Amino acid sequence: MNWTWFHRLASPPHFYRIAGQLLPWLAIPAALLLAGGIFGGLVLAPPDYQQSDAFRIIYIHAPSAWLSLMCYTVMATAAAVGLIWRIKLAHAVAAATAPIGASFTALALATGSLWGRPMWGTWWEWDARLTSELILLFLYLGYMALRSSFDDLTRADRASALLAVVGVVNVPIIHFSVYWWNSLHQGATVMKLGRSEMPASMLVPLLMCLLGSTLLYGALLCARVRAEVLERERQASWLSGLVK
Amino acid sequence: MSDVERFLAMGGYARFVWPAYALWAAVIAGNVWSAWRALDRARTRALRRLAARAAESPDGSRA
Repeated sequence: MNWTWFHRLASPPHFYRIAGQLLPWLAIPAALLLAGGIFGGLVLAPPDYQQSDAFRIIYIHAPSAWLSLMCYTVMATAAAVGLIWRIKLAHAVAAATAPIGASFTALALATGSLWGRPMWGTWWEWDARLTSELILLFLYLGYMALRSSFDDLTRADRASALLAVVGVVNVPIIHFSVYWWNSLHQGATVMKLGRSEMPASMLVPLLMCLLGSTLLYGALLCARVRAEVLERERQASWLSGLVK
Repeated sequence: MSDVERFLAMGGYARFVWPAYALWAAVIAGNVWSAWRALDRARTRALRRLAARAAESPDGSRA
């Protein structure tokens, strides 16, 4: 297998250029998909026969929860690549992902709580899914705190990468928690093998929100990694040709 | 009850649905703003460093 593309992508000037070109191609479809998905979810989708209009929180809760897991997986993978192959750009990707992932994890917990109050009768329950998601938030916060506690960037990269890699064990625990333990939280309705249990009028806006959120993450990541690259490569001569 | 009022009432769950959407909008806006600000700051600092380096070099060219 030819790995030239991988090594090229790991080059900061190349990635800086590619990320700049990708940004509008991710941000504009993300905005359109999110606007369409939210409109479909709030206005077009019919009320749920059991949960009435409270179910509409799913259009922001499920994409936030999806991003919380995806961001951590990306962060841990990038951290592992940085540790194993000593690629600085991979550490930049991990560092840029952490605040995005943390904010969406907090959002997933908050919107879940706002949905749980009318449906379960409680804002919070020490349930396996909720508790493991809370641990995920602490892992993100721990990762960011650990990074900022070092003055030396190389040491910060390595120490925080170790934490990210160890913490990835929590990701499958969150996903399978509803099957492994008795949980108030419902099981998978969209992302399960076979057909979804949701009707198309409810499912399509949800899929639009999920895809829009994923593209939004891509756009945010491009912008944040570009900023990280500029800070890390402050002495590099290639900057003069690229910073405009 | 008009259609708009019915929509805003969210079947009696307005006090849960609308704060959730407000939080979502705030998190999205906060993420976009902070990513834009980080990139803008990094770019400004890089330009400042390049200008300082150019001023220090004997021929005045950018290194």
